[in-house]
Amino acid sequence: MLFYLIKRLALGVVIVMLAVTLLFCMIHLVPGDPARILLGPRATPELIAGMSARMGLDQPLPIQILLFFGNLFRGDLGMDVITNRPVADMVFGQLPYTLWLIFTAIGFAMVIGIPLGCYSALHRNTLIDRVTGVLSVACITVPAFVVALYSLLIFAVTLNWFPAVGAGEQGNFWDQVRHIVLPALAIGLSWIGYLARLVRASMLEVMGENHIRTARAYGLPERVVVFRYALKLAVLPTVTVIGVGMGFLLSAALFTEIVFARPGIGKLIFDSITTRNYPVVMGSVLVSTVLFVISTTLSDLVNAWLDPRIRSSL
Amino acid sequence: MNDALLTIRDLSVHYHTDRGELKAMRHVNMDVPGGSIVGVVGESGCGKSTLISSIIRLLASNAIIPCGSITFEGRDLLGLSREEMRRLRGDRISIVFQDPMSTLNPVLSIGRQMVDIQYRSSASRAHKIKRATEMLASVGISDPGSRLKQFPHEFSGGMQQRISIAMALQAEPALLIADEPTTALDATLEVQIIHLLKKLQTDIGCSILFISHHLGVIAELCDYVVVMYAGEVVEEGTTREVFHNPAHPYTERLLRCDPASIATKTRSLPTIPGEIPDLVTLPQGCIFKNRCEHVMTQCEHLVPAWIESHSGHFVSCHLAAKPGND
Ligand SMILES: Nc1ncnc2c1ncn2[C@@H]1O[C@H](COP(=O)(O)OP(=O)(O)OP(=O)(O)O)[C@@H](O)[C@H]1O
Ligand SMILES: [Mg+2]
Repeated sequence: MLFYLIKRLALGVVIVMLAVTLLFCMIHLVPGDPARILLGPRATPELIAGMSARMGLDQPLPIQILLFFGNLFRGDLGMDVITNRPVADMVFGQLPYTLWLIFTAIGFAMVIGIPLGCYSALHRNTLIDRVTGVLSVACITVPAFVVALYSLLIFAVTLNWFPAVGAGEQGNFWDQVRHIVLPALAIGLSWIGYLARLVRASMLEVMGENHIRTARAYGLPERVVVFRYALKLAVLPTVTVIGVGMGFLLSAALFTEIVFARPGIGKLIFDSITTRNYPVVMGSVLVSTVLFVISTTLSDLVNAWLDPRIRSSL
Repeated sequence: MNDALLTIRDLSVHYHTDRGELKAMRHVNMDVPGGSIVGVVGESGCGKSTLISSIIRLLASNAIIPCGSITFEGRDLLGLSREEMRRLRGDRISIVFQDPMSTLNPVLSIGRQMVDIQYRSSASRAHKIKRATEMLASVGISDPGSRLKQFPHEFSGGMQQRISIAMALQAEPALLIADEPTTALDATLEVQIIHLLKKLQTDIGCSILFISHHLGVIAELCDYVVVMYAGEVVEEGTTREVFHNPAHPYTERLLRCDPASIATKTRSLPTIPGEIPDLVTLPQGCIFKNRCEHVMTQCEHLVPAWIESHSGHFVSCHLAAKPGND
C-alpha cells in the first residue's frame, strides 16, 4: 500500500515535469516575442527587454525550465507580469470554481447515468432500454460546445430560465446554483450517456457471472442480488473511467468556462494565453496536471476500497 | 417410489439457438428418495447441469420446458410462482456449483455472504455469525471466527468449495444438489470433500443429488446411480446393481475404461470412440447406436423401451429386452 502510494507519487512527479517541459518548448516554438505582443505595437525596445527579463524569457530554454522547477520547489509559481500578483494566488483563487463545476457535472452524470444503466441492464431489450440506448449514444456524440451553445440559446436567452454568464453572486448559494446548471449540463450530458452505456455493459456482464447465480440459488431477494451483490462490482469500471476521464472533464470545463464567461482555471488560461501572460499559463497548466494525477490516484484508491482483490494486490 | 423427496417425470428442456431447438434433455424420469444420495453420471454436455438448473428453476433465459413435472416434498416446482420458488431455494433445496473459484462473490467477505443468506431467520446478527462460524468449523476450516472476515480470493479452491458446502448446508435443506463439486480439485482434496459430504449428510439427514464425471466418486458416495447420455437417462438403479451388473452398453464401456479407484483422478470420463449426436437434429432410433459395440438392426429405427432388467434396475436398450439376455 505504502509502496503503491510512493510509486504513484513518483509517477505523478514525472508526468507533471513532462507536461511543464513540453509546455515550455511549445511556448518557445510559438512565433512572435511574447513581451512584444503583451506590450503592444508602440512599446520601446527597452520596455520589451525589461518585460522579457521579468517573464524569464531572456534566459536559454533549459535554464528557464530549471528556474521554473527551482521556484516551484520553494512553492513559488512566479509572478503575474501584468498585475504583479503571485500566480499561485490567482490560480488557487480560480480553482474552486472549476472544481465545483467539474464535481457538479460528474455528480449529476452519475446520479442519472448509473441508475439508467442499471435499469437498462435489468430490463434488457425492453422499449425503455432501447430508447435509453439511442439517447445515450446521442448524448455521447454531441460535443460539449454544441450543448453549451444551444443550452445557452434555449434556456438562457430564449426561455430565460437560467442566467447566461458568470458564476453568481459571491455568498449567494442559490444564485450560484442557478449559474452552474447550464455549464454543468454542457459538460455532464455526454457523461450521462457514457456512464449509462458503461454501467449497462458491466452490469450485464456481472449479472451473468456465476456468483450471481449462487446468490439467486440461495433465494436472496432480487433487490439484494442487484444492489448488494452486483452493483458494487458493476461500478468498478465506472470509477476507473471517471478517474482517467478527469483530463477530459478538465478540458471540457475549461472550454465551458469560456463560453459561459465563468471564472475558473479555463477562463484564466484563456485570458492569459490571449495576453501572452506566460507565467499564469504555466501555473494554471501545472495545477491542472496535478489535479489529473490526483484524480487518477484517487480513483485507484476508491477501486481498492470497493474491491478486496485490488486492495490486497496494492 | 412414491415417498420420494424429489420426483422428476417426463422432463424435457430445450434451448433456443441460432441453429434451431437444441433438445438438451428429453423425457427424463428420476427419483431421489428421502435421506439417500443419488449420483448422476455422464459425459460432458449430456445435460447434467441443465437437469439441476431446471430443478432450482434457474435455467438460462433461452431455455424452455416443453413437458414434464418436478415434484419436491409433494409440490410441483414447475407450477410454483417465481416468488414461491425463490422462498424454497436456499432453504429446502440448496446447491453447490461446479466451479468453486467463481461461485462466491469476490467483493463481499465470506462472513457477510454467510450472514446474508440467513436473511429468513429472525435471529440476531451475533447469532447468525455464530451459526456461520459453526458451519465453517464443521467443514474443517480452522480458525473460522477470523476467517469470516476474509474474502474468497484469500482461500484456496478446495477451501472455497468447503465454504460453498458450508453455505449450502447452513439452512439444513432437505435436498442438496452438488454439481461436480470435486471436478476442479485434485485427488486428495476430492477424497476429503467426499467424506465431508457423506458425514454432513448423515448429520443433517438430507438427500443429495450428486453430479459427477467420476465413476469412482459415485461408487464411493452414492446409494443410487442414474446414467445419462446425450440428454436421456439410459440406465438407473442401485449403485451396487449398476456397477456390478451394467445393462446398458454405454455404462459398460464407462466402467470398463474407468480406473475405478477414487485416488486416481481423471479430469473427464474415459474416452469412448465417437461423439454425442447433434442435439439439434436428433437421429432416429437408439440415441447411442453410432457408438455402440452391440448395435443391431432394430436400433436404427426403434427407440428402445424403458424396461426393468432386474427389480429396481431400469435400462433403455434393445439388448436387455431380448429374451434370454437380461
Ligand atoms: N444456454 C444454453 N444455450 C444453448 N445451449 C446450451 C445452453 N446451456 C447448455 N446448452 C447445451 O445443452 C447441452 C447440455 O449442457 P449441460 O451444461 O447441461 O451439460 P453438462 O452435462 O452439465 O456438461 P459438463 O459436464 O461439461 O458440465 C450441451 O450440448 C450444451 O451445449
Ligand atoms: Mg455441467
